[in-house]
Amino acid sequence: MSRVVDCRGLACPEPVLLARQALQEAGGGSVMVLVSSSVARDNVTRAARQMGWTSAVEEDGVGFRLKLERIN
Amino acid sequence: MRDKLWIVVAGAVVGLLAVVLVANGNPANMGFCIACFVRDIAGGLGLHRAGVVQYLRPEIMGLVLGAFVVSLITGDFKATAGSSPVLRFILGMLMMSGALIFLGCPLRMLLRLAGGDWNALAALPGYVLGVWAGTLFLKKGFTLGRSQAQPALNGYAAPFLALFLLALLVTVPAFIFFSAEGPGSMYAPLIVALGAGLLVGILAQRTRLCTMGAIRDLILFKDYHLFLGFAAIFVVALIGNLITGMFNPGFAGMPVAHTDGLWNFLGMTVVGLAAVLAGGCPLRQLILSGEGQGDALLTVFGMIAGAAFMHNFGLAASPAGVAPTGQWTTVIALALLIIIGTGVITARKTKPSQPGAGLQA
Repeated sequence: MSRVVDCRGLACPEPVLLARQALQEAGGGSVMVLVSSSVARDNVTRAARQMGWTSAVEEDGVGFRLKLERIN
Repeated sequence: MRDKLWIVVAGAVVGLLAVVLVANGNPANMGFCIACFVRDIAGGLGLHRAGVVQYLRPEIMGLVLGAFVVSLITGDFKATAGSSPVLRFILGMLMMSGALIFLGCPLRMLLRLAGGDWNALAALPGYVLGVWAGTLFLKKGFTLGRSQAQPALNGYAAPFLALFLLALLVTVPAFIFFSAEGPGSMYAPLIVALGAGLLVGILAQRTRLCTMGAIRDLILFKDYHLFLGFAAIFVVALIGNLITGMFNPGFAGMPVAHTDGLWNFLGMTVVGLAAVLAGGCPLRQLILSGEGQGDALLTVFGMIAGAAFMHNFGLAASPAGVAPTGQWTTVIALALLIIIGTGVITARKTKPSQPGAGLQA
């Protein structure tokens, strides 16, 4: 079961703070981050990349679903 | 790498246009100053009657309209609001109060440094301290809560207001105030100022240039992305001032500045902390307003109200210095910011179900 972090409606840097916290706690595997702005999308994927996670972005009409993955 | 290049380009253009605007008539070291220009607009509308700082600065309208148009094209435009609107209004007021003690927003702090005004050397560490204090609140879980989608008309309010102000500037109805002397009487031609605003509005929207985010992200994430833009503003403005002979180093007699180091420091501490809690520096708030964010527009309204209070009550600093009432204002603003920061965190801890708690299984 992958973890979901709902950051919709939150302004940066909160999505980055929450996503980083979730990635650190997960350590690896797959984490889904939901955001509602392109700023949050870019900032979260950049932070994830810096932490060694890959990201796949999906648009869902109201926002973006960021699928972050890291193989342990 | 391309986004790194763009943020440097955006900062460089801001620094360059700041020099161009001063060469074309803006007050010295005030090519861009969001706080000063919003204050001038408040004066132009007669919301305060400080006769030397009244003008409808078209740079502001350009910033909002540039961000609006480009966000419409790119799909970033979204009408949203509902993330602590009242607190944001108050944070806007407090941010303006600090800026009018130092006599400049963070952008002008950089431009004053680039012009050789060493009084800004006291303001810079004050600003960093304010931003650092703000990051402590963020780490403890400070949040203004989630914004929600709103009917589109909410998002069009900021660009509409910008157009309305431009119409007032062009038609000059009798109820508008324009300074006959002082900084408010010094301005670049409309086309130059509006064009500069539009260009910066477009670039700042695309790159998310923010003078607060620059410091915050360094402290919080060791991420220097936005700082590249921050540094580029200073470097290019400095070079421009050196070439055009507008670099005049010193402490005393600097344009629209005072020499009171302590209050320059504390004024910018207020701005830094307020900007972190509000999620953006004065420039960023204008850009976000143009993108349809009602919460940012309320912060701008707070800035306008703050400017009116500061001048109507004689609290704002002047080249003569900071009056005792202004010093008290700064202390009270700091106290209010700490109350807002801790209050929000405490309220969240006692009510964990509040939206924005974020993590779900």
